[in-house]
Amino acid sequence: MSLWNKHAIFEKNSILLLIGVLIVISIGGLVEIAPLFYLKSTIEKVEGVRPYTPLELAGRNIYVREGCYNCHSQMIRALRDEVERYGHYSLAAESMYDHPFQWGSKRNGPDLARVGNKYSDDWHRRHLANPRAVVAGSIMPAYPWLAKNDVDLAHIDQHMKVLAMEGVPYTPEMIEKASADAKAQGTDDDPGAADFVKRYPKAQARAYGEDKGRLTEADALIAYLQQLGTQVDFKLYDGKANLR
Amino acid sequence: MPGQKSMTLGEMGLAVIAALSAVLWIIITAHAWTPEYAFHAGLFAIASVASVFLIVNRYQARPAQLPPQEINGKPNYNFEPVKFSTIAAMFWGIAGFLVGLIIALQLAYPELNLGLPWTSFGRLRPLHTSAVIFAFGGNVLLACSFYVVQRTCHARLAGDLAPWFVVLGYNFFIVIAGTGYLLGITQGKEYAEPEWYSDLWLTIVWVTYFIVFLATVIKRKEPHIYVANWFFLAFILTIAVLHLGNNTTIPVSIFSSKSYIVWSGVQDAMIQWWYGHNAVGFFLTAGFLAIMYYFIPKRAERPVYSYRLSIIHFWALIFMYIWAGPHHLHYTALPDWAQTLGMTFSIMLWMPSWGGMINGLMTLSGAWDKLRTDPVLRMLVVSVAFYGMSTFEGPLMSVKAVNSLSHYTDWTVGHVHSGALGWVGYVSFGAIYCLVPWLWNKPKLYSLKLVNWHFWISTLGIVCYISAMWVAGIMQGLMWRAYTALGFLEYSFLETVEALHPFYIIRAFGGGLFLAGALIMVWNLYKTIVTPAEEIEAGVNPALVPAE
Repeated sequence: MSLWNKHAIFEKNSILLLIGVLIVISIGGLVEIAPLFYLKSTIEKVEGVRPYTPLELAGRNIYVREGCYNCHSQMIRALRDEVERYGHYSLAAESMYDHPFQWGSKRNGPDLARVGNKYSDDWHRRHLANPRAVVAGSIMPAYPWLAKNDVDLAHIDQHMKVLAMEGVPYTPEMIEKASADAKAQGTDDDPGAADFVKRYPKAQARAYGEDKGRLTEADALIAYLQQLGTQVDFKLYDGKANLR
Repeated sequence: MPGQKSMTLGEMGLAVIAALSAVLWIIITAHAWTPEYAFHAGLFAIASVASVFLIVNRYQARPAQLPPQEINGKPNYNFEPVKFSTIAAMFWGIAGFLVGLIIALQLAYPELNLGLPWTSFGRLRPLHTSAVIFAFGGNVLLACSFYVVQRTCHARLAGDLAPWFVVLGYNFFIVIAGTGYLLGITQGKEYAEPEWYSDLWLTIVWVTYFIVFLATVIKRKEPHIYVANWFFLAFILTIAVLHLGNNTTIPVSIFSSKSYIVWSGVQDAMIQWWYGHNAVGFFLTAGFLAIMYYFIPKRAERPVYSYRLSIIHFWALIFMYIWAGPHHLHYTALPDWAQTLGMTFSIMLWMPSWGGMINGLMTLSGAWDKLRTDPVLRMLVVSVAFYGMSTFEGPLMSVKAVNSLSHYTDWTVGHVHSGALGWVGYVSFGAIYCLVPWLWNKPKLYSLKLVNWHFWISTLGIVCYISAMWVAGIMQGLMWRAYTALGFLEYSFLETVEALHPFYIIRAFGGGLFLAGALIMVWNLYKTIVTPAEEIEAGVNPALVPAE
């Protein structure tokens, strides 16, 4: 059979083999990935999704650092039991400012996409320090160091600058006021709180920890957790409007 | 000019670059924003200084002439980097299996997290996955590819320092990545956790690897490129593309270990699993199929079953694998069309996968009796059987209806491990059992009886592992969606976790057996290397006799 003999051209020429491989492996990726950047239906139009506040961003970085994504998903699938257990299924828009995404792939613990405002700050603090103190039978590790370490906000404005470069709508004002905003969000009745909430609608400003004088890693992480899934108001969200 | 000794361009250039790199990293060490990053920068600085020292030292110790390409018309093979990677593979293998056992026990007994940052599950789990995939698997691939490409091309490995740069550089990457996880330096993307500077370093190492491999293929003495080398080439090239695509990050500063990936949300998810699934498809499949294509025919002393099948399944496999990523994102916010495409190609992928399995298994035609007497060949063949099993299970789990049950549960973990322990583990063990006597010039292994023990202990371990995970995964998936007669969810999340406890213990037991088997292997390899050839020839133990 002559066609089989034609394959010798790849077997005898390494550069041709290389080019052949490169073409063959490029097709699938291009077809599946490229349209996601230009098809408007990829990310639905939604009200309320905003960039993370400086404190929430610092908290999210702690979430990433500790590898929380190894056990917690942030992606409620459009399945009856998941919607009843966790809340409205996750929208693409809700993670549009997430660099990186943290949808996760395994639930050793429950989904966290809508954990915001489900438990009190106090519950979270105790839970992070020792999960079994509040949930007997939990297999989550204890994170006692989070409440001991001060959160590192020294360069948080530079973090926001990089994210702005990547398309997160941080304004120059937000970047300039980053550390003041972090303090305003993590303190009770801070004079800057009103301005801060104007910049970040629906952001929750209050002391997240017991020690009012300082901002710990636990405070930042709790600030991040408490806003998860709360940005979109599903009483107003019209899923049908996005049907095409 | 004989007698005139001078540094090669490569030696000179690399020494200068290493010296400059040392200066750069010392500056970064001094200005790093966090102590963790300063530690890493310090390691880079030390490694750079050590490189200068090693290059100069090696130059002074070597003869004026570089080693010849051929001696008496026979290729003068360069097996020293292969030996290094073989030993590194066993070292990282034991480390990776051990961390796996620890995190398995942590899921059964959470107190074992010890309340310390660097021993908590979230940091150890990436350490386990990277150690077994990239450290163990990666070194097996380096060793085997550098061995096979020389043998099948009848040519000495290209480059003088370059092969050493690849194996040492790669293992340095492993050290940086692994210590980084423990210190909390991570990108938070599964199987792509190392931060920007480790990624850059790996890129340099990987491009060098690609050049060394390709240059060796180009100077081959054989007219045809052997099938194993097609797979190695596809593996090296595709991993480079995937690595660059999934690690496109912008660092916050050169003095910060933190970077932000340019992709976000749904696009980041798609790119992550395009990467993640093809790390499986090309790192853990194409690369190890190349190993299968050399070591099984060699050990069975039979030619590859079908040349045509290898052509078809090679091109079909590398074409279809790339499409399969979205099956990790069923029912998520990824658009439906992408999910459906991913599922369709995942199901089709079953065929080229089994093409490879058939080609591997049928190579034993006429040599099946050897399975009774040669436990190394048995390990290689069972690895292909596991490959067939997990590449059947994979397409099954990619069906959306099945995935709605299996996703987020331990079924996925079990599936991964039937592939990782059964396929990748066994084909690696088989290849290393072949390689060590060849590399160290021994007539055979120290003890085939110990190989037999390794085989049966770890097989029992794998069976415990995957059956426990099947039960745990399917049970938890069913519990999540169970409803009472009144239409309420029947179980709280916690109840579904508590039900897993006994299976987590069985899983840890299975993992412990697998580790025990690997320790037996290390002992056997150690004895093979240190025992003089004549003593091994005389026989430490009599050969197994075929059953009547």
